[in-house]
Amino acid sequence: MSRAPGERAQARAAWVFLAPALLLITTFFFLPVVTGLALSLTDFDLYSIGHPDNIRMVGTANYRALAQAPMFWSALKNTLYFAFVGAPLSVLAALAAALLVNSRLTKWKGFFRTAYFAPFVTTLVAVAIVWKYLYHPRFGLLDAALGAAGVHAIDWLGNPMWAMPAIIVVAVWRSFGYNMLIFIAGLQRIPHELREAAELDGAGLWARLRHVTLPQLTPTFVFVGVITAIGFFQLFAEPYVMTGGGPLNSTLSMVLYMYQEGFRWWRLGSAASIAFVLFALVLVVTILQLLWRREET
Amino acid sequence: MKRHRAALIALHVALGLAALGTLFPLLWMVSGSLMATGEANSFPPRLFPAHPTLSHYAALFTRLNVGRYFLNSVIVAGGATVISLLLNSMAGYALAKLHFKGRAQLFRVLVAGLVIPAQVAMLPLFLVLQAMGLVNTYVGAMIPAMATIFGIFLIRQYAMGIPDDLLGAARMDGASEFRIYWSIVMPVIKPILATMALFTFLSTWNDFLWPLVALTDDAKYTLPVALAGLAGEHVQDTELMLAGSVVTVVPVLLAFIALQRFYVEGITAGSVKQ
Repeated sequence: MSRAPGERAQARAAWVFLAPALLLITTFFFLPVVTGLALSLTDFDLYSIGHPDNIRMVGTANYRALAQAPMFWSALKNTLYFAFVGAPLSVLAALAAALLVNSRLTKWKGFFRTAYFAPFVTTLVAVAIVWKYLYHPRFGLLDAALGAAGVHAIDWLGNPMWAMPAIIVVAVWRSFGYNMLIFIAGLQRIPHELREAAELDGAGLWARLRHVTLPQLTPTFVFVGVITAIGFFQLFAEPYVMTGGGPLNSTLSMVLYMYQEGFRWWRLGSAASIAFVLFALVLVVTILQLLWRREET
Repeated sequence: MKRHRAALIALHVALGLAALGTLFPLLWMVSGSLMATGEANSFPPRLFPAHPTLSHYAALFTRLNVGRYFLNSVIVAGGATVISLLLNSMAGYALAKLHFKGRAQLFRVLVAGLVIPAQVAMLPLFLVLQAMGLVNTYVGAMIPAMATIFGIFLIRQYAMGIPDDLLGAARMDGASEFRIYWSIVMPVIKPILATMALFTFLSTWNDFLWPLVALTDDAKYTLPVALAGLAGEHVQDTELMLAGSVVTVVPVLLAFIALQRFYVEGITAGSVKQ
């Protein structure tokens, strides 16, 4: 009997504790998402900002216009290229680094772990500027090193074929240390008995890796791959700083395209529709992962 | 024994080369920032300054107003960190430990929101801030980081581990719910608070797209926004821009190195949710 008032007090306290955070998240995240969907169905542009009466509902016209726009297809293609080449490279580098750092023979584990992870905490804009100089065709250290090996200088960021791979290298450099930490955590969760049993059976390093370690890491693998790909879909600062989306739009990403449409040309309706195409991409990958997990369990 | 030794050396050579690869751009950034004007663009390229100089740092802070941008970054990242610690911990604790109707449903809605990329909210958010007169203010720049679903989630997972008896005993003693949160829960969840503080500070300090949108006046720019602008104007001044990069990167790198224990634990905790 005496519990009821106590429970009511608790429920009241809970909502008081939740109120500020929920108010902010609702007002500045959930509502804008819903508004964004509505916005993508309007012709909201520069002229609508001063006079909201000018806004008209245009149905799916923005989406249909996107489908007609070569810029949009470039941005989509580049983003998929970046994510589906870059993310696997980042995951593989992370796995290799985790296996090496986590090896029983490795000394100074703390140093190597920090050295590989350090790029991840750096400011993207700042390191993009540094890499831009490293890639410089005349003064850059990369071409100087290649020159010493007899390779002709390449204008990495000025060549439509090389600009995206050059940006992928920066993204892999910056992201793999984070993924490595997750792999190390995954490796440490593998029961010791499994490895010892394999050793007793006379399994060599390679056999143990193939038949024990990697299968045990599969869930970690999928998780890391998915969050990396989703993060890579949101590519923005690297092309903004290093190439401006060029040359010939070869590094124009979805988010950069959205930014240009929205905040350079103030075509907010069109920009909102780009944002929702990005959302759809993220959603598809997330759903695929959930389906995979259901299959597993 | 010999084979073992060879493997040991090969392993450490591989580890060392990889570490050189990851650290090289950062080391070169520092080295180049200390070179005389034009030295980083010499041919053949140089790795170390002939006569180290701090003149580019002096130019940044006297001529280019970088002290102002630095202060803006400290205000935005520091403010967002303090506010998010308070709001996320209250909400995360309530979701973990207080009983109320609709708790499970609320949690499910929040987790579903984690799937939505921040860019989807960005354009309407700008219009909302404009209507509220918050464009080009520190508050506007902090808003997306003030309360986050991920932060609430992180705190909730950790706070689930608080024994109910501890809270029950305090209630028996007549402590108010706020007192319980402040004097009992907060000290217990300190490790995850440290993790979250570091996450929030680093991500707000490093964030580029949102402050680029929300801050329209040069005097309010955070370091990354200012740096991206300067890099466009001073393309030829390699050493100067490297110094600017150092000023931007060093605070977060130091914060990370000092507190990396919490960071690493947080990443592990965050990935366990899967």
